[in-house]
This record gives sequence, C-alpha cells and structure tokens, in this order.
Amino acid sequence: MKIYIENRRFDLTDPSVNLLEACLSLGFDVPYFCWHPVLRSVGACRQCAVKVFKDEADTRGRIVMSCMTAPAEGMRVSVNDDEAREFRAKVIEWLMLNHPHDCPICDEGGECHLQDVTVMAGHVRRQSRFPKRTHRNQDLGPLVNHEMNRCIQCYRCVRFYADYAGGRDVGVQGCHDGVYFGRPSPGPLESEFSGNLVEVCPTGVFTDKSLKRHYTRKWDLQTAPSVCVHCGLGCNTFPGQRYGTLRRVRTRYHREVNGYFLCDRGRYGYEFVNSPRRILQALLRQGDNALAQVSAEEAIRLAKSLLSSGKCIGLGSPRATLESNFALRTLVSPSRFFHPLAVSQHLLSGSSLSLLRRFPLASLRDVSQSTAVFLLGEDVSNTAPLLALALRQAAVRAPRLAKAALLKIPAWHEAALRTAVQEEKGPFFLAATGPTRLDDLAAAPYRAAPGDLAALGFAVAHALDPAAPAVPNLPPAAAELAERIAASLKSAAAPLIVSGPSCGSEALLHAAANVAAALGKTNPQARLCLTAPECNSVGLALLPGGNLADVLRALRDGSADTLIVLESDLYRHADAALVDEIFTAAKHVIVIDSLANATTARAELVLPAATFAESSGTLVNNEGRAQRSYAVCPPKAPVQESWRWLTALTPNVSWPRWEDILAAMAVSSGDFRDVTTLGPAADFRLVGQKIPRQPHRYSGRTAMTAHIDVREPAPAADLDTPLAFSMEGSPLNPPGPLIPRYWSPRWNSDQGVHKFQIEVAGPLQGGDPGKRIIEPSSEPAGYFAPTPPASEGDGEILFTPAWHVFGSEELSVHSPGIAELAPRPYVALGPVDAGRLGVRDGAPVTVTLAGRTLALPARILEAIPPGAAALPAALADLPFFSLPARGSVSLAAPAAPEGRP
Amino acid sequence: MLTDHDKQEIQAELARTPSRRGALIEALRVVQRRAGWVSNADVVEVAAFLGLPVSQAEDVATFYSMIFRQEVGRHVILLCDSVSCWVNRADALLTHLRSRLGIRLGQTTADGRFTLLPAACLGACDRGPVMKVDEDLHTHLTAEKIDRILESYP
Ligand code: SF4
Ligand code: SF4
Ligand code: FES
Ligand code: FES
Repeated sequence: MKIYIENRRFDLTDPSVNLLEACLSLGFDVPYFCWHPVLRSVGACRQCAVKVFKDEADTRGRIVMSCMTAPAEGMRVSVNDDEAREFRAKVIEWLMLNHPHDCPICDEGGECHLQDVTVMAGHVRRQSRFPKRTHRNQDLGPLVNHEMNRCIQCYRCVRFYADYAGGRDVGVQGCHDGVYFGRPSPGPLESEFSGNLVEVCPTGVFTDKSLKRHYTRKWDLQTAPSVCVHCGLGCNTFPGQRYGTLRRVRTRYHREVNGYFLCDRGRYGYEFVNSPRRILQALLRQGDNALAQVSAEEAIRLAKSLLSSGKCIGLGSPRATLESNFALRTLVSPSRFFHPLAVSQHLLSGSSLSLLRRFPLASLRDVSQSTAVFLLGEDVSNTAPLLALALRQAAVRAPRLAKAALLKIPAWHEAALRTAVQEEKGPFFLAATGPTRLDDLAAAPYRAAPGDLAALGFAVAHALDPAAPAVPNLPPAAAELAERIAASLKSAAAPLIVSGPSCGSEALLHAAANVAAALGKTNPQARLCLTAPECNSVGLALLPGGNLADVLRALRDGSADTLIVLESDLYRHADAALVDEIFTAAKHVIVIDSLANATTARAELVLPAATFAESSGTLVNNEGRAQRSYAVCPPKAPVQESWRWLTALTPNVSWPRWEDILAAMAVSSGDFRDVTTLGPAADFRLVGQKIPRQPHRYSGRTAMTAHIDVREPAPAADLDTPLAFSMEGSPLNPPGPLIPRYWSPRWNSDQGVHKFQIEVAGPLQGGDPGKRIIEPSSEPAGYFAPTPPASEGDGEILFTPAWHVFGSEELSVHSPGIAELAPRPYVALGPVDAGRLGVRDGAPVTVTLAGRTLALPARILEAIPPGAAALPAALADLPFFSLPARGSVSLAAPAAPEGRP
Repeated sequence: MLTDHDKQEIQAELARTPSRRGALIEALRVVQRRAGWVSNADVVEVAAFLGLPVSQAEDVATFYSMIFRQEVGRHVILLCDSVSCWVNRADALLTHLRSRLGIRLGQTTADGRFTLLPAACLGACDRGPVMKVDEDLHTHLTAEKIDRILESYP
C-alpha cells in the first residue's frame, strides 16, 4: 500500500497498522499520549492529530486522530501542516491547565513523555490565570509512588493495570475535570505488575519508589543491556548505576521475551546488589571460627593449596552464568561437576531439558498469541510472572480475533475491540493444586494433588490421540473434563500447553509432554511452554552433573574431599540434614558468592563474586534462549566474576577476556556452538568508537570523586565488550544486543524505543538480542507412560509448595520493598480439612513433615482440595522441604518453631 | 447493609444484563432508592454481591452525578443551569433558592429537609426555567412559584 507523507511516497509493508504507527515507523515524530504499542488505540487524548487530504487536488484536508485512522491506498498525510500543529499545541495547552510546573522536583523529569511532547508540540506560554485542580495522593505500598496532580487523563494506567494485566484494585474515579486514577482507598498495589505503571504513565503520577530513596536522573545513570536474574524467563532489563550503587531497573524491549514489560520482582529485586550482606573481600575462616579478610593473591594461593589434593568436587549454580559454571566444570573436570540440587529437583531439571530437546518451546510472544490454553499445575503468577501476563492475553485472543473478523475491526482499535468482546474469554483450562491469580480466566479451575493433575494431563493426551497411553481408574468427572479439554485444544488454531517443575512432579511434565506430542501430530502450531526455576537453570542443565546425594556419596567413599560451591546456598536446594552431612564430610569448603548466606557460613574460604550488575555473562532462559547480560559497572576489586576466580585457580588455562572463555565454551559442546555470536564481538565499533554506557549529558564526572582526588580518574577499561564505562563514544544507535538505554533526539523518555525498532513493536534494528541454542529434534515425539502418583512420607495430608512472587526467590528478598511484601510463614488448608481439625483462619497449628515439627499460623483457602495443604516454598524463614510430601497438621499447642541452621 | 429486598432487586437486574458489570448502575440505584444515597460501605457490599472488584464499583459510583455519595436531605432539588434555562434567568432563581433555604449549591438545609444541586439540561428547555424535586419536574418557574412548590415537600 502506498501513502504520501509530506508529499513523499512510502510503501507500507504492513497495512494493518494505524496511521500513527505507520508515521512513527517511518521516522516521523507524531506526538501521542494515550496510544501505546501494546495497549493500542482508544483515541482519548487528541494529541496525535495530523491532516489527511483526499487527493492531490484537496488543499484544505481535514484533521484526524492518526491513532484512530487506518491508512488507505494513496492517502496523503501531513504531520507538519499548520492547522494540525496548532491543534496539537492547543491540546497540550489544555492538558497543561492543571499540570503543576514542578519538573525540577518531579522524578519523571528528564525522561518524561509529557515534557517531550510539550516541546514537540510547541506550547511554551501559559495563558490560563485560574487555580489548578489538586488531588490527594495515595500510599500505594513500597514500590510505586503516587502524585495525582500531574495526571493528564490519558487512561494508560488503568488500561494497563486493569484491562491488560487483570489488576483489580486500580480504577478511575470521578468524571469531567475531576478524574482520579488510583485505588478505592490507599494501600499496597495488589498486582505483581504494578511497576509497569511507572513506564506506562507518560508523566510523573506513578514513579519508582525504590529510585526515590537514592534518586538519580536518567541522564546521570550509567546503564547497560542486562537480563533479569529473578526467575527463569530471562526478561531483558536496563539496570542503572551511580555513585557505586544500583539505583533502578527499567524494561529493555525484547519482542519474543518480555515485550514492553517487567514484573515487580524483576524491577524491584535489584537492591540485593547494594545489600549490607554483600561479600566484598576474600574471607578466610580463623581458629575462632570467625571470618577474616585476606588479600586476593593470598586467597588464590590458599584455594590452590586446598585444591591440591586433586580430590575436589565442584557444585555449579542455576543462578550463575554459563561462563562461571563452565569455568568451574573445567577446573574440577566434567566428571567432578555436580548440580546443587536435591534428588527430586535434579530429576525435574533433567526432564525439563529433555523436553526442550524434543519440542519447539513457546516464547512469551507465542504464548500471548495462542488461542486455547491448558495450564497444567504451574502457578505461573508466582513462578514466572511475565508468563502469567502473556497467558492473560492468550485468554482473550480467540474472542478478539473472532470479533475483529466478524465486525471488521482493525486489530489496533482497542476501544472498539474491548467493547465488542466485553468479558468474553477464549478456551482456558486451569488445573492447579491451589488458588492462582489466573483463576478468573478459567471457567472452572480444576484443583487436585499433583499426581491427579498429571493423570488429567495424561487423559487429555489420550483423548487427543488414542495412541497415547490411557489412564486407568480416572474419576468420571476428570475423564469428562479431559474430553472437553482435548476437544477444545484440538479445534484451536494455536493451542498451548503450559507446565513446569514447581509442583515437584515429574509425572506432570510427562503429562504435558504427551499433550504437546498428541497435539503436534496434527497441528504444527501447537506449542509447549515450560517454566524454569532460576535464571540459568537450563544453562546449568546443559552442563551435566550429579545431584547432592551423589556429592555426599563421593565425599563418603573418599573419591572427593574438597568442595567448591559456586553461587548457591545449598540450604535452599535440599534438606538441611543432607547439606549438613555434606559439609561435615568435606575436609575443605570453598564458596564463591556475592551475598552472605547459610552456605557461606560453612565455608573455610569465601571468594567475593560479582553480581549481574558488575559482570557480563550468558544466561539460558526457560525456552533455551541464550542471552548476554552486560556489566553495568566494573566490579570493585577484589570482587570479580566467578569465572575469573575459577580461571585463576585452573592450571594451564588462560582466559583473560570474556571472548576467550566464550571461544572455549563454543568448542566444548554442540549446545554452545553459538555462544560467541549472541552479540557483537568485543572489537565491534560504531564508526570507530565504543558504545558509551553513560549518556552524553552525564553530569558531575569530576565532582563525583573530588572528595578523594580532584583529578578525574580515567574510566575503567572494558576489554570484554564493545561498551565503555564512559560518556565518550559513538552517538549512533547500536545494534539490538548492545543498546544501553533508549534515548534519541526529542525522545528523552523510554517511549523513544520505536527509534530502535525496525518498525513499531517490531524487531530491534541490528538484530534481536540472544538466540535459542537448543534445537528440538525433528523425530516425532513418543509418549510417556502415566506413573501412579508417588508421595514421600506418611500422614493424612499431602503438602504441596505454594510459591510467592515476593518471598520465594533468593536474591530479590534482599530488596526492602520486596521483603515488605513477602508473606510470613504459614500453612494453608482447605475448608474441609480445617473444619475436620477444628482450625480457624489464623489459628496456630503444628505441622509435622519430613521429621520436623513447625509451629505455623493456618490460612484457610477455598481452593485447596481436601486432603491437601500448601506450604510456602523457598521462604527465607522456612526450612527446605522436598514437596509434595505427606505429613500431618494438628491443632495441638505449638512447639518452639524450628528455624534454619 | 444490603437488605433482602435490595438483593432481590439486584438479582432481578442481573438476570436482565449479559454481564455482572452491566448490573452495577442499577444495583447502586437500588441502594440509593432505599437509603437516599450510597455510602463507601454500600459500594463495597454491592461489589461483593456482584462479585466485582471494589474499584470497578467505585469507578461507576463516582462517575454519575445522580449517584449521591454524601448524605442528602429528605428532598433533592435539581435546578437546571443549562443554556435555555439560563437564558430564562435561572440564575436569579438560584439566588432566590439560596436565600430562601439558606444554603449554597451542594448543601443540605440544617433541618435535613432539602439538598440543593445543579443539573445539566433536564430536557424541558421549551418550558424553562425548570427544576426537579425528587421525581417531579416543575416548569415555568418564578420565585413565587418556587415558594409554593417548596411548601408541598414537608
Ligand atoms: S495517571 Fe498517568 S497514565 Fe494514568 S491517566 Fe494520568 S497521566 Fe495517564
Ligand atoms: S518475569 Fe522473571 S525474568 Fe521477567 S522480570 Fe519477572 S522475575 Fe525477572
Ligand atoms: S494518541 Fe491518538 S488520541 Fe491519544
Ligand atoms: S436547558 Fe434547562 S431543561 Fe434544557
């Protein structure tokens, strides 16, 4: 389709966009507020006005809202037309009537879309003499700050929070000149996606509360392309640093992964980097059991001597980079490389990887475009939040497509589509062990123990394909549900099955695989999606190794006497008794980590590891996508990347630069073939220059360290990457994987991301970051046999894990905001068992499980099935349990609580 | 507290609308018909009864000016202040009403008898100036006529 803008001819490759998107993609700066690349058009703000002319002879034209206009063949458009400009300037003037002129004290200042558009639209003088309307602000909890006077009524916040993310506690109150965006009453925002308000709001109404405590303007932040470390999805991020501390995290767009959003764990979990628990020196245990600082050289000499027995075992880490795990494996040799996982978790990680090798896994974008969903067992809102956000879009995908086709509504016309679809949902089947925050999407969530959920999955596969094994003795209700699910998935154009390891059931993974295999036989669009527990769980699985029970065996049979533990707290991964035995059996223990924890407390020698903020490395996400994360700032010696510590201990190996270890990895295994090409090489230059991590307006470079020395220090060298720890460098937009922030002339806010995309919401210029490194086999997938539910322990109650987005992840709980939102330990019972035991909500109960007794308050949750109970998983204040497992609950007088060793 | 009668009426409304959200306005009106106005607690209860988030109910309950969110008097006077009535000197009638009742727009008389509110066009422009008292429309108003009308609302 050809259109003319300012009398220049353009060929639109995709005519399904609106005129605003077309103009932005072609490089025209059309201002807008209410349109958003994902939330699309509602035509509320009138800021995107342009002139459209019928044909060459038409000299008058008419003003249209470009976000509400479909381009038409031969259409003539003017953005710069005088009337259109005046119209836009008036709209801004009108919006500014009530907007406070408080940019200097506004946290949005310097990266404010309202500032940008005001300048673009040319409104410079206030004529109104009347008082401005004012509002009372709300305390919205520890993450998001509220300043309603700055609101320009674009409705983006509520469209994201309520309409897109399913939040129930933010709305728009009032009418005409008194609309108010907020909660019905003050209180913490309930949605785990609340932090996106900070980016979605074009002005300073919603701002980052964690940033406020150590405020820095965008132009003063040193930033780099990074990857979130707080779950297995690998969302892309921009952490920002100044004065030696990390200040905030913003979304880095990745079309296939997180799109334009992050979850609150990913956005606010960063403060562990600044935690007082950081290990900043090499530490050696003394005779009196205290740790004393030693120099890096001394630490390396000591470590080498501890390793000299030649009987050292290495424990890799699901939260350390591929590089660090690889370096450890090289140091100890592959046969002495182990995973820090209990038997059950180790099994699940192996099964997940084998499924990744069999099926093409869905990216989050694939997920959001599915038209029928079967969510089997995984509580994604708590284990993989952005996946929950994608599933929410999948749930409305089918009715939206249907209504759009029926009523001929273009896909961008959000206002019309929402009205047409109302509350209708597409096929969405949810089977879980307890309540989830996606329950509202499913007509009737199915609740059962993990084994029964797996049985349902196997039955669905059998109903889809009789060649898939049947499930004996399935209750009639489950059999009937299985038939319905199968029929629905079968008739869907893009069906999706989602599962994961967090229920602790391998059978569940097998059941999901059977469904995917059965669907795949007839529908190549069918997809499987699996979560992964940590940011590099899949990367660790690619480096095979035994489990913690194997470690104990090796220590006991004398084949090993020294342990080197890489970035993991073993007490979070296995029963404390087993871990204690391991540490007792080991003669020497060396731990490399960034935060003091129960495992570093058992170490003889502790080496300080760089966090993601100070190190560059590769992480493999849940779908097998390897992505590079770049250091935001250099580590402060002696802190360094774990792989550098390990390399220093390895004889006959020299990997001075990142590229060297990547090259060694690439030849070590077919899986790592591509690790050298995930981003531009270290010698990549843009017109002969490096890419600056600091914006060109970075201020105070000399003043910052003047209290130490008035001479400005030379910027730290970065030999590993094409990025520089400096404001000098190329002003051009770097290729996708190297973009350190979004900024371009006139676009100070992150809205300018479209200047880095090939087209609005399209791939990044110069290539999307990362690459999927696991090739699924082309062989037709076979079927797993249903296994009867196995459960350890005895007792009348089956305990399953309840994951918490805030609290169940190791690092983010060291952020004050996240810690505030994390739950206190509890045990959840269904109403039936609570009634039987005479337990009321909040009453203290005694839990007996895996040889331990815990005193916990009870929660009564409607959705917990009879005979089951849920125990919060991986909370800092609860010991590790391998769940599901059987135990009991009683109302007996509480015994003294047992904590972590 | 929602009464049983309220619940029945809301239930009946639910049967008429395709979505629970659609029944919100009517549910709020049910409460207002009984109690005269809709309190914060009422909004929470209506939301719970319809199974909707409180914020959705609050949004609707604050959008419509005819859903009263403060206690009102026994009788509510809605004086039209739109163009046709204004042309016919409605502003003088407002002055009269204010001095007669001793209150300003948006206030309630001390004895709790009248609340005075402005209203946008009441759809009787050809008979302006007009006002509504409770459910009754009064047209061709004059100061004397207003005095007489007020007498009929004890
Ligand atoms: S709070 Fe922000 S996002 Fe919401 S309507 Fe106001 S300006 Fe728009
Ligand atoms: S979904 Fe996972 S990877 Fe993405 S921001 Fe949240 S914690 Fe980080
Ligand atoms: S962006 Fe088009 S009307 Fe708001
Ligand atoms: S203007 Fe008063 S009724 Fe229309």
